[in-house]
Formats: sequence, structure tokens, C-alpha cells
Amino acid sequence: MANFLTRTRGKERLHWTDWLSYAYLLFGVVVMFGPVLWLALSSFKTEAELQHYPPRLLPYIQKTEKIPGYDSALPIFKVTKGALAGQEVAQVRRIGLVAQVVRPDEPGKLVKLPIADRKPVEHVALATSNYVKLFKRFDFLRFLWNSTFITVVATAITLVINSMAAFALSKYAFRGRGTVMALVIGTLMIPQTVVLVPLFLVVRDLGMINSLWGVIIPGAATPTGVFLLRQYMLTIPDEILDAARMDNASEWKIYWRIILPLSAPAIAVLAILSIMWRWNDFLWPLIALTQSKFFTLQLALNSFRGEFNTDWASLLAMTVLTLLPIVAVFAFLQKYIATGIATTGGK
Amino acid sequence: MYKLISPLMQLVDWPMRAFQSRFGQRRLAWVFLAPNLALFGLFVFLPVILNFAYAMTGSEHILLRDRPFVGAQNFAQLTNCKDYLNPNSCQLDVFWRAVHNTVWFIVLQIGFMVGFSLLTALILNRKIRARGFFRAVFFFPVLLSPVVVALVWKWILQDQGALNGVLSSLGYQPYNWLLDPSWAFGFSVFLTVWFHMGFYTLILLAGLQAIPRDVYEAAAMDAASPWRVFRKITLPLLMPTMIVVLVLALIKGVQTFDELYAFTGGGPGSATTLMIQYIYETGFAGAPRLFGLAAAASILLALVLVALTAVQLWVTRRNANG
Repeated sequence: MANFLTRTRGKERLHWTDWLSYAYLLFGVVVMFGPVLWLALSSFKTEAELQHYPPRLLPYIQKTEKIPGYDSALPIFKVTKGALAGQEVAQVRRIGLVAQVVRPDEPGKLVKLPIADRKPVEHVALATSNYVKLFKRFDFLRFLWNSTFITVVATAITLVINSMAAFALSKYAFRGRGTVMALVIGTLMIPQTVVLVPLFLVVRDLGMINSLWGVIIPGAATPTGVFLLRQYMLTIPDEILDAARMDNASEWKIYWRIILPLSAPAIAVLAILSIMWRWNDFLWPLIALTQSKFFTLQLALNSFRGEFNTDWASLLAMTVLTLLPIVAVFAFLQKYIATGIATTGGK
Repeated sequence: MYKLISPLMQLVDWPMRAFQSRFGQRRLAWVFLAPNLALFGLFVFLPVILNFAYAMTGSEHILLRDRPFVGAQNFAQLTNCKDYLNPNSCQLDVFWRAVHNTVWFIVLQIGFMVGFSLLTALILNRKIRARGFFRAVFFFPVLLSPVVVALVWKWILQDQGALNGVLSSLGYQPYNWLLDPSWAFGFSVFLTVWFHMGFYTLILLAGLQAIPRDVYEAAAMDAASPWRVFRKITLPLLMPTMIVVLVLALIKGVQTFDELYAFTGGGPGSATTLMIQYIYETGFAGAPRLFGLAAAASILLALVLVALTAVQLWVTRRNANG
């Protein structure tokens, strides 16, 4: 058996360094996945269960039962001491340290019971109450809409204008091309974080503070995107363009009908990057959107985080819903994302 | 999708054709560049110039014409210190605390990050099963949003959280980690390493895989010990990639804000306040809104970043040529 387990493809035994490697990787799985999984599990706990200390791994729900004569379903407890020991009872109300309970088969007869003598009957189940509350009590759909709108529109604009610029920089020989390239490299050196104050003034003068456009437009032209697409377009042979020009195609048509479809792989990479940047964007929206009706999901999440008491029940559910789209995108496009991020240096 | 936009593109075609026949094909390049350059000009280059105008004027007004010229006063305030190593001796002690925090944060973060990324990349570069899966495991936090990452760890570290739960079941006292300055800072470093490590692992892994196989085969012929192979072959050949990783980590580390703001809010006190948060709080978070001071601080930050980015471009270019 041990022989079978330690056999590798090369028919060699696993070296002790291999064991160490796998141990490290498994430890990595726990540390990297564990916290997110824990948060996801926690989001399916009832508020009572979230108060439970020390916390339990799985979400539990207390059993409830409908008893004739009572309007709402009553929580079920198991009695641990006294005359009723071992039986299940439904709690009608609790006054201080004493609980008033009834036996399900004898709903008319109230029995008093010290609360220390009973234990809740629980089973593992996913409670969706946090999610339901999110949609009922908070403007979750509005935040979701704001985030989605910004992400989709900004990505579309970025793709169009970046690919246009990349087309000009890769396929035209014109005076000033070197200068323009230098300018693009220059913008790479000036991240948004160092021009926050004047950017605020410019966006304010354009009347775009507290407007989704104030988040979309300033970051729409990305130097990374221009670079990425230009490098790719340089590999498209000029002969194709010349042939199209022979056929009297306009330059715009060449861009739209030839260059864009041929650069699809690079455009896909930029699209994924842009979606990620926009969905996760935080600092600029925090400055540009101050009214809660314009909040993106990230801003809403941040605003739930109270200084002293945090509404964890809603926060957990909202966090899960916020990371869901990114997880979905990642699951399908893992390969593209990894190469895209590795080639562009993230941003 | 493509078909949907096609009519729209047809519409653009007509004015573009007119421009082409009027000014010629080459000048059309500027039309293609125009939207991108306009946005760069309006939202990058104009703000850079305005930044200096703000840094040299005072008061709480946002409009430049309302702001009195104060010269280098904002810079003088920021750098007015009896002893630069002791933030309490400075006129703006919070700024210097932020500077100190940022320096410490970067030193610790980069140390751990490069260490763990290198270790992980070396292990992932071995002959192991399910490599794609393990690579994805270390990489996926990179995609999460900073706020989500902060909340994930806050949920674990809060006073009734999982960490305290585990500790108290082992017989230790629960502790309020994020209310203790040193622990909050330590966990801030840990959180950012956890968050960004996968990105650097990926770059280092690509660097490792670019090292030619035959170098290792030659070393195996000479029966070199694994440690010697690592020191004499892997490390020197990986150096260019390592430098890229170091510089990138520096550039990003200096700009850390989102995840720490959502994690600790810069506290307790100003224990985890870094440079960007100082700028944000001085200029935007609440009254008084000292735009001039914030602009001056961001110019100081920009100087550091421009230097770092210049190094980065120089290194990547040298790698590409060499």
C-alpha cells in the first residue's frame, strides 16, 4: 500500500523533499482557501449562530415546530435534567433564567424549566436569512447595478479607445509618434494616487462628482491597455492592410473589420483586466461618490464596517455576493487571467 | 455583440472617410489617438500641473482663484522636524508617522512576500502533480477586491472570531488583535502578503521556467549538490526576474491603501496609517480639507514613485535586451 501511494509517474519513490513540498502546498491550500471558505460558510449562519462563541465550523439551525395554539413555530429544546429529562420540548417564552415550555403532544400544559436544564436541538443547514435580509432591508440591487454599470461601460470605452490608439501607434508612421509613445510611458509613471486632489477639481468642474460617469471616464484611457494592444498589433503583417487598401477599404473599416478581430486574444486579456480593475476599484470611487445612492458594492461593503458594532450578518452575505462574479470569471478564464497579469505587471 | 455594434461603426465610417480624403491617410492617426490622448491630458497631465498649483497655495477653498499663494509653506510644514526618526518631534506628526509606517511596512512586506513567493515558485517548479491546481490556489486572492480581503481577515480576527475561538479552545485567553497597535500592524503586513503573493509567485515561476534545462543537466553531470545548484545556477539566472519583482512590489507597496483602510481604518490611533491614507484624510475625509497639504504630500510621494518607475523601466528594458 505504502508502495502504491509513494509511487510517482517516473516510477521513482518520492524523495523526502517531495513530501515536504506537498506538505507546504497542502498548508497553502488551507491558508489561501480556508479564510474565504470560512467566510462563505459563516454567511449561511443565522444571527443566533453568529453570536455563538467559540464559533463552530458548520452552520447550525435550531429545530422549530408548529404547535397547535401558538401562532409562530416554536424552538425545540432537549431537556437534560429533572422529570422531563431526555424529552424534546418547545419553548413558549423565556423569563430571566426560567423557560416556559410545552411538550408537543400536550400543547395545553405549560411547564417551567430552568434554562440551564435544556439544550437546543440543532441540525446542520444553510440559513438564507442573511441574503434575504440583504435584498429586503438594504439597497443591495442599487449597489449591484452601480458596480455593474461602471464595470461594463468603462470596460467597453477602454477597449474601444485603447485599441484605436494602439492601432495608430502600431500601423501608422507619422510625425510625433515617438512623442506620443513617450507620453504614454509617462502616464504609466503617474498613478491616480498621486494626483487625487487636482483630479477631484477637474472631475468636479466637469460636474461629475456623485455621478457614475465621474468614476468611469477618468480611468478609461489606460497606458497598460495601449501598450498591451500595440505590442500585439505589431505582429499583424502590414500586407493585410495594404491588400485591404487596394480594395478601397477606408482606414476606419480596416481598424474595425481587420485589426480588431485579429487582435481578439489581446483584447480579451485587456477586457478581463479592466473588468477586474473596475469591479474592485476603491480609492477613486470613495472620493468621487459620497452619496450612498451612488455607492458601488465595494463602497457599500466598506460603509457597513462600523467603528464599534458591525452588522456582520448582512456584511458576510454581501461579501460573498461581491466576490461571486470574480470567482466565476476566474473559474472559466483562469489561464487568460494568469498570462494577462503576468505580461502586463498587474496594472 | 459584434453585429449589434456594426451599424454604429458604419455611422462613424462616414466622417472618418471624409477626414481621410480631406487631410490624407497619415493624419488620420491623430483621429485614432484623439480620444485616448484627450483623456490622458484631462485626467493625468492637467492634474499633474494643477497639483503643483495646489501645493503652493493655502486655505480650504477648492477653486484655485480663491486660494492665496503661500509658496513652499506646505512643503516646509511637512518637512519641519527636529528629528526625522522621531515623528513626535515633527510639526505634522501624523504625516511622519505615516512615512515611518510606510517604510517599515514596505521593508517587512517585501521581505516576507519575496521570500514566500520564491519558495512557492521553486516548489511549483518541481515535478509535482496537480500543478495547475496548486498554482491557482496561490493565485486566486489576487483577483479578490481589497475590501473583500480585508473583511475576510477581519471576520477571523474580530474578538469573537475564529482565531480567538481556536485559541480559547486550546486554553488561551481571547485577545482583541486589531485594537493592539503592534498586532494590527503585523496582521496588516500578513494580509497584504496573503493578498498579493500569488502575483509575484507567477512572475517568479515564469522566470524559473525560462532557465534553460541543459544548464541543470550539466550540473547533474558534475554531481553538484542541490543547494549548490540553487546558489550557483538558479539564483543568478533568476536575478533579473527578482529585480523586477522587487521594484514592482516597492511601487505597489508605497501605494497601499484600500485593503488597510477597510481592514483597520488606519488604526488603532495611526498605527497602520500609510502615506496614501494620510493624503486621503488630509484632503478628503473630513473638515478641514487641507487640499494644499495633501497635494504637497502627494508630490513628495510622486517623486519616490517616479524614481522607482524609472528603475523599473530601465530594468525591464535591460532584461529584454540582455
